[in-house]
Amino acid sequence: MQQIIYFFIKNKNFLLFALLFLVSFILTLQSHSYHNSKLISSTNFFSGKIYNVTSNITEYFDLKQQNKILLEQNSMLLKFQANSNNPILQKALDSTLSKNFKFTGARVINNVYSKTNNHITIDKGHNDSLEIDMGVITSKGLVGIVNKTSGKYARIQSVLNTKSQINAQLKKSKHFGFLTWNTQNPQVVQLTEIPKLAPIAIGDTIITGGNSSIFPKGVLVGSVANYTLQNNDSYTVDVRLFNDMTNLSHVYVIKNKNKQEIIQLQLSDDAE
Amino acid sequence: MQNNQIFINIVRFSVLMLLQVIVLNHINFTGYVNPYAYLIFILLFPFDASKTLLIFLSFLLGLSIDIFSDSGGVHAAACVLVGFLRPMLLKFSFGVSYQYNAVKLNKVTFKERLLYITLMVFIHHFVLFSLEIFSPSHIVLILTSTLFSGIFSVLLILCILLLFKTKES
Repeated sequence: MQQIIYFFIKNKNFLLFALLFLVSFILTLQSHSYHNSKLISSTNFFSGKIYNVTSNITEYFDLKQQNKILLEQNSMLLKFQANSNNPILQKALDSTLSKNFKFTGARVINNVYSKTNNHITIDKGHNDSLEIDMGVITSKGLVGIVNKTSGKYARIQSVLNTKSQINAQLKKSKHFGFLTWNTQNPQVVQLTEIPKLAPIAIGDTIITGGNSSIFPKGVLVGSVANYTLQNNDSYTVDVRLFNDMTNLSHVYVIKNKNKQEIIQLQLSDDAE
Repeated sequence: MQNNQIFINIVRFSVLMLLQVIVLNHINFTGYVNPYAYLIFILLFPFDASKTLLIFLSFLLGLSIDIFSDSGGVHAAACVLVGFLRPMLLKFSFGVSYQYNAVKLNKVTFKERLLYITLMVFIHHFVLFSLEIFSPSHIVLILTSTLFSGIFSVLLILCILLLFKTKES
């Protein structure tokens, strides 16, 4: 017994090191495998507060740019409104971005785009009825999906994350694939599994597909920058994002009001 | 450790952590190169103080950086490792004498100081990027990130040490 205690005292540094290293390794594994790590995240009270304070200061630096973006969006909305007397357009609007989706504005308080798994923190949380797996966009296009919420803050898994798999399609031909990221360039993401038959050309627009219950159909993503044929059966397309992911300030969180219904329907289908 | 030293280390811990998460994590030089200057805390931690305490504080420092950057436990793991390896690296860079006649980092020759800082930074960065990227197929990305961030960090750490040199001694 004495020997065991002596052993512990003699090697206490190594044992402490081994223990703490194991703890951090488990936390790392958890963050790599489980898509919303429970313990360690920037949505907690303390870090959320600090990010909020710093972003309150730094957001003044690009007010001009952000004003311009909001102005562009306003003019686009005004154009829609002016044309909305047109009954055909009204019908089209109703069927796509209809009353099924609710939009909540939020401010980005921390944005990372230099790692392989990037997250964005925003200043709205489940107190503002945000939930996990809601889509996030800006006026220009796709940003990511909410993957953790706390009372006042939420964390978004951005499209610049090797674990993201967002359903997207070609605007002109409805052939769909999945958006992934190869970590090379924060302006360019990859659209995989586009069938060989799809008529694709550089400059084509990519939009979100309606297949997921997260995003409404037709949210802009980007334009085709380059494409290569993989294994002779599908294209991998480099998509240049319309959004500048390195400069985000205001985002919109999308709530799909029919989500529960859709998920229930899909589950009941699986059971049969 | 005297009261004075405890106070200095607490201030150093908080200032370096905030500097890292608010400023240095957002530099993104050429897209992805960030310096990790918070290592200064581990580098300068009193050489004669308890090693157990250093390992524990390194873990705490790494974990607080992780909380801010949503990275699981990668900084904590890398910090704990360099905290644990520090006595050996000190012996390797300054010889056995460091334990007896309290070597000061700003009194040793530039070559020895550079060796010590470079070894610490590169071990830390290699573990950090291996765990962060976590895929053997991206080994080239791990190595280039380690190299570029490492050079950046070493330069920044040398500059910061130079700036605060008079205060330290």
